[in-house]
Amino acid sequence: MTKTDLHYRLREHRAALAAALLFAAIFALYIANHQMGWTVPVLTTATNKGVLLAIVAMAQTLPVLAAGIDLSVGMVFVLANCLASHLVVGSALQATLGAGVVLAIGALCGLLNGVIIVYGRLQPIITTLATGTIYYGLSLGLRPVPGGEIHAGLADALTGALPGGVPAMLVVLLAVVLIVWVPYRRSVVGRATLAIGSSLPAAYMSGVNIGRTILVTYTLAGLLAAIGGLLLTCVTYSGEASAAIGGVYTLNSIAAVVIGGTSLAGGAGSAIGSIFGAFALRTIGDLLFVFDLEPLWQPLFQGVILLTAVSLGALRLLKVSNRLDLFK
Amino acid sequence: MTALALRLKRSGQLPVLAAAACTFALLMVGSLYSKNFLSADYLLLQLQIASFLGVVATGAMLVILLGGIDLSVPWLVTVGGVMSAAAAGWWGDTGALIAIPFGILCGAAFGLVNGIGVAYLRVPSMIFTLGINAVAQGLIVVQTGGFAPQDRSTPTMHLIATGRSLLGIPNALLVWAVIGGLTLFLLHRTTLGRAIYAVGNRERAAYLSGVDTRRVTLLCFVIAGACSAAAGVLLTGYSTKAYQAMGDAYLLPAIAAVVLGGTNILGGRGSYLGTVVGVLLITLLQSILSVMQIPEMGRQVIYGVVIIAMLLVYGRGRRHSD
Repeated sequence: MTKTDLHYRLREHRAALAAALLFAAIFALYIANHQMGWTVPVLTTATNKGVLLAIVAMAQTLPVLAAGIDLSVGMVFVLANCLASHLVVGSALQATLGAGVVLAIGALCGLLNGVIIVYGRLQPIITTLATGTIYYGLSLGLRPVPGGEIHAGLADALTGALPGGVPAMLVVLLAVVLIVWVPYRRSVVGRATLAIGSSLPAAYMSGVNIGRTILVTYTLAGLLAAIGGLLLTCVTYSGEASAAIGGVYTLNSIAAVVIGGTSLAGGAGSAIGSIFGAFALRTIGDLLFVFDLEPLWQPLFQGVILLTAVSLGALRLLKVSNRLDLFK
Repeated sequence: MTALALRLKRSGQLPVLAAAACTFALLMVGSLYSKNFLSADYLLLQLQIASFLGVVATGAMLVILLGGIDLSVPWLVTVGGVMSAAAAGWWGDTGALIAIPFGILCGAAFGLVNGIGVAYLRVPSMIFTLGINAVAQGLIVVQTGGFAPQDRSTPTMHLIATGRSLLGIPNALLVWAVIGGLTLFLLHRTTLGRAIYAVGNRERAAYLSGVDTRRVTLLCFVIAGACSAAAGVLLTGYSTKAYQAMGDAYLLPAIAAVVLGGTNILGGRGSYLGTVVGVLLITLLQSILSVMQIPEMGRQVIYGVVIIAMLLVYGRGRRHSD
């Protein structure tokens, strides 16, 4: 690898690296001030919470790369949670089949978003806003009151720690990255997504199959959100159709994507950055507990941190030499 | 006939007409279910309830016309309600006098921060207003001590939100009419209005034509914040009490109303008349679904399906090849 090549790669991943460093700094602060410090239970709990948001943030990254947005990820996440609390039960075989069905339905939800956007030619933001309502309605139908259960063996295996103290969720996250994100990013479809995000007309003129790319992108987003929902069920051991959970995950996923360095205008970024963005966001929330802050001030503290984090993007203004570059 | 259809299409009023037709159809469907749907009482009550959404949608529309989006609606509505009630609680009689302007001013202040972030720091509006929403929530939690605020609305607020002073027309509707009239004037008779459409179409071109696009953006967000807070004040008067998360139910309906009324979600195109029709449509839809006693699940699904279906009829974008 030549020096310029390395330089180029560093530049490309600058934002993701910054998010990783941010997370490392916050997490170090968290561990240093935690009563129990660097122990397996603390790490496992932190990972379980972080990975849930990280996977939903990955789901959000894909449409954002294509200059779209998926405001229904949180609701697909909740729908998968409710479905899993019905289906992932019984014998090991039944539970595995059930998990497969949950993921398939998540992908189907994403596909429906894609179909409406591509063939209905509606804007992603309003489409997913409306389909999100539909998915929430379906979750309510499945779980009018919180409840249900999940295959205990599966849940324990996924939320516990492997021998050696590595949280199992971390392995799940790694597997999702290797099985979904890496092949996608390296495929023609992944490249086409970035091309569409950079410039739709240019991508169209270059013969990119826009319809297929968008369909795959939103389907994968649905699938990832459903994986998150399945994992949520493993953590909570129950299903709950909560509009609040869906809303919080949708909004935090957007924040994580932005902190992870993916441009909301599309065309640049990566799901890896979003993962670290999600971890950083989650750890900030936990920081409040180790510092024993008055609970009353917690929402304000979190809001200010969130606002500051997303405003960091304004630093690029310092480098703008032609004022016209400010305006798109 | 085709000539008429073509002219309609070119005038850009097609979505407004389609939404109006749907509203009418909804009323007809409702009247099959119960005769009450066509009574003056029911319609006036719906108009009164629609006024709250209408005021929120006015601010949301201005921001959407710019090509942005304001996700801080939920907690700015709450800010308006809680702060106006608190002003009356803190300062006694003078407080009651300035409660309404104070609440609206607080919302406008948050709108100002929104505007600074979006216009001058160039942070995408979707994410910056999200942050402001979180900060507003935090401040309200601290201010109310984490409890539901005990401050009640002032008699004036109650009168404005629920009274019917003039010929039996709800006062809230009059408030919406005044705000609507001002918005129409702003959009079509002032340079600021022209500039809003220009920025929404292409900010760069507007900037090169000498428009101070950042100030235009700032002003729109201030107005949007004030509108959200004003709706909060009305709501507080309506329910005689400010409570946390009172604005949660207004974000999605407001955006849906604006878009169903034919305003382009990417900005630059749209009429206020469309937003009015969109607001009426959403309000009627919600009302009919609840009167029919469809369970919450069915309501959510039907709500989403109707929005998608209507947009598929008249809100579709252009083909890539065009």
